[in-house]
Amino acid sequence: MHGIRAIVKKELSDHFSSFRFIILFALITMVSLILVYMSAVAIDENLEGEKIPQFVFLMLFTSSRIGFSLVQFVAFFGPLIGLILGFDSINRERNEGTLSKLLSQPIYRDDVVNGKFLAGLSVIAIMMVSIILIITGLGLVAVGVKPGVEEFWRIIIYLVISIIYVSLWHGVAILFSILFRSVATSALASIAAWIFFSFFLSLGVNAIITSIVSTEGTSAAEIYVRLARFDRALSFTSPMKLYNDATATIVDPMRRTLRPFIMQMGIMERWSLSRFSGPLPIIQSFLMVLPYIVYLVAITAICFAVSYIAFMRQEIRSV
Amino acid sequence: MERKNIIETEELTKVYDAQTAVDHLSFSVVEGEIFGFLGPNGAGKTTTLLMLLGLSEPTSGKAWVMGINPIREPIKVKRIVGYLQENMGFYRDMDARQMLGFIAELNGIMGDEAEKRIDTVLSDVGLLEEAEKKIDAYSRGMRQRLGIAEILLKEPKVAFLDEPTIGLDPDATNRMITLIKSLAREKKMTILLSSHLLYQAQKICDRFGIMINGKMVGLGTMDELTGEKFGIGKKEYTLEEVYMKFFKEE
Ligand SMILES: Nc1ncnc2c1ncn2[C@@H]1O[C@H](COP(=O)(O)OP(=O)(O)OP(=O)(O)O)[C@@H](O)[C@H]1O
Ligand SMILES: [Mg+2]
Repeated sequence: MHGIRAIVKKELSDHFSSFRFIILFALITMVSLILVYMSAVAIDENLEGEKIPQFVFLMLFTSSRIGFSLVQFVAFFGPLIGLILGFDSINRERNEGTLSKLLSQPIYRDDVVNGKFLAGLSVIAIMMVSIILIITGLGLVAVGVKPGVEEFWRIIIYLVISIIYVSLWHGVAILFSILFRSVATSALASIAAWIFFSFFLSLGVNAIITSIVSTEGTSAAEIYVRLARFDRALSFTSPMKLYNDATATIVDPMRRTLRPFIMQMGIMERWSLSRFSGPLPIIQSFLMVLPYIVYLVAITAICFAVSYIAFMRQEIRSV
Repeated sequence: MERKNIIETEELTKVYDAQTAVDHLSFSVVEGEIFGFLGPNGAGKTTTLLMLLGLSEPTSGKAWVMGINPIREPIKVKRIVGYLQENMGFYRDMDARQMLGFIAELNGIMGDEAEKRIDTVLSDVGLLEEAEKKIDAYSRGMRQRLGIAEILLKEPKVAFLDEPTIGLDPDATNRMITLIKSLAREKKMTILLSSHLLYQAQKICDRFGIMINGKMVGLGTMDELTGEKFGIGKKEYTLEEVYMKFFKEE
């Protein structure tokens, strides 16, 4: 027990005093400020003289005025944050000879991995909470709408999913730092994994599938159904898609299905649709995304299992 | 008086992909002695220490440190053994006090007790003055002394010192040797010392093991080794002469 506590403490102080953390933090603060300001302006314009719709506050997170909403930003760049925080966590210590010093103290090997993961998790949580606070604060000023109780809980759930999602990538980075002795290699592997799962799978495969489906020349409705099916299947290969679907249900309560029908509609159609269908109650939303959360946690767990096995079997020598 | 074995190995073997680093090694070190672990580069000394500490898994054979099996209960062994690595790593952003504080925490030594011990060991190794300096700015000798301080902090029963005098100037070497000697004599530590400095080793070690190509080719006190190689004679031999004789015959 004392081992893991000592490591978490040390890792946290390392993180907070590192330029890496400061730059990352400045970066995400900057981006969330820009995004939220833009969406606040957009909401303001759109709502001129209209009745304030339900969940206007959540729109701060989902409105994509400049082609990118905050939710999308986290989906794309959250992984990078997790990876940057962890890609050199084990191999740097190995190369500097501190790993064998650490492991010649009376602590378990998993304490090292767990300690590093927990410290990263805390840093990620702090970052995500700060983003939300910045947005909430700015939202109050710019939009002037306070979040309701339900919106508050939705944001909390969104926060939890986001932290799990970014931590998943942090776990992947730690795994790479165990598997690859060289820091440069694990950095490269991290970026490759990120591009593969975030861009290749979601864009590339989607394009391929769309072309396959549309050549069959069946009715439009049938194509949509097939697309939806492929889309679901794809979800389970891409953490980013998983995250997108999960958070969409939470922060966009007007949506009843998970993709892709809604995707085909413009914002006005979506709004008019929302007049007929009420928002999905929070409990329903939560139940809907629960499997996704479980799945994200499961991927993290698998990642951990592989890390443990690899790390336990490794020879620890100071080079 | 029969003293008990602190370290014992039985047919301990480590095979790396292509080569046998440690080859059916059997030896023991008794309580309170300084055991000089000698041998050319690549003989398998470090590998043996790593196996004794449970950091590396033996291919076959057995080992015990104070009766504990380091493969099965590495944590227990690490609690009682202080290990000075060959190429020591430090967290360079820390100062000596922070580094020792971290080591103390990893060993479950907390609060006032930790503070007290840290002050004691810093003065033992003569680093009290520079304790607030970043390790990055330490010289080789200061780092080596900090490494010893980390060991002292644990108050171990056994110390594995892998080339503790490497890269030290003659004066620093002598002070290190004196320090090591006092650990064995005053703190009753059993010390396994790997070194290439035969002159210094001869001065402080009670017994020697000469390892070549993973095998212990010579084992015993200075007199025993000399007797084995040169017969009982009038002439006083140095450890260096004995060592070279073993080395040439291999
Ligand atoms: N990870 C490894 N993979 C393969 N072979 C290794 C590995 N580590 C060590 N060896 C080999 O094991 C042998 C013993 O190495 P070891 O480090 O124990 O020698 P040593 O006696 O400590 O030498 P030195 O005096 O140079 O420190 C060497 O021949 C080395 O090449
Ligand atoms: Mg060595």
